[in-house]
Amino acid sequence: MAYPMQLGFQDATSPIMEELLHFHDHTLMIVFLISSLVLYIISLMLTTKLTHTSTMDAQEIETIWTILPAIILILIALPSLRILYMMDEINNPSLTVKTMGHQWYWSYEYTDYEDLNFDSYMIPTSELKPGELRLLEVDNRVVLPMEMTIRMLISSEDVLHSWAVPSLGLKTDAIPGRLNQTTLMSTRPGLYYGQ
Amino acid sequence: MAEDIKTKIKSYQTAPFDSRFPSRNQTRNCRQNHLDFHRWEKAMTAKGGDVSVCEWYQRVYKSLCPISRVSTWDNHWAEGTFPGKI
Repeated sequence: MAYPMQLGFQDATSPIMEELLHFHDHTLMIVFLISSLVLYIISLMLTTKLTHTSTMDAQEIETIWTILPAIILILIALPSLRILYMMDEINNPSLTVKTMGHQWYWSYEYTDYEDLNFDSYMIPTSELKPGELRLLEVDNRVVLPMEMTIRMLISSEDVLHSWAVPSLGLKTDAIPGRLNQTTLMSTRPGLYYGQ
Repeated sequence: MAEDIKTKIKSYQTAPFDSRFPSRNQTRNCRQNHLDFHRWEKAMTAKGGDVSVCEWYQRVYKSLCPISRVSTWDNHWAEGTFPGKI
């Protein structure tokens, strides 16, 4: 769950989220390297008394600063595409849970065997007990088995909503009249918060 | 063949992956299974066969379709105004 002064992502609960965390670290490292290189070169340019009065052409450096960014972009794109395709892998889920967005609560339906559905309202700030998270606690939580592939079908009964659980790396729009599917696999037991 | 279907129905967990609908939007999957269930039911009743084998499609569409959508369609069936070719 989120904690005060948090800088990075929440701890990963699903394999996809772990991959996303590593990819984010990889890309951010590249970004920091480029930024520090540029800052260093700017500081060098600003603190020198030397001048060059006869610059005609600069073929070599222009070649370098065309090829190098292309290589860096490929280094970023390849892991990104790998994760994208990994998210779309075919997997046979063991459970289907539907979530319908309303103004302003979620309702969950488990209809594989018997019809089970319930509404989940946010607990207002004035009724929170000490230690509970503001705007994140609900009266009826969604209970899901761990280490099983679960199919989530997300839709809405009125306006556009969005269903997100950051530690599982999930965010899917709830659109009236459309059933959006996403798969979820949690690797450890716990209580995860989302919106 | 009927025995295979019955064992499949007995060991039903949830709607399996359908390669006709591989992407994120599963609205057509839900509607297609609902239509298939009613077509099976109509064909089986016309032939005088065992309607319980149609149960597979019923379980699949119940797994996939929101309860509100299913009850709207059931109302349409009851009134005879379901918009779909059976």
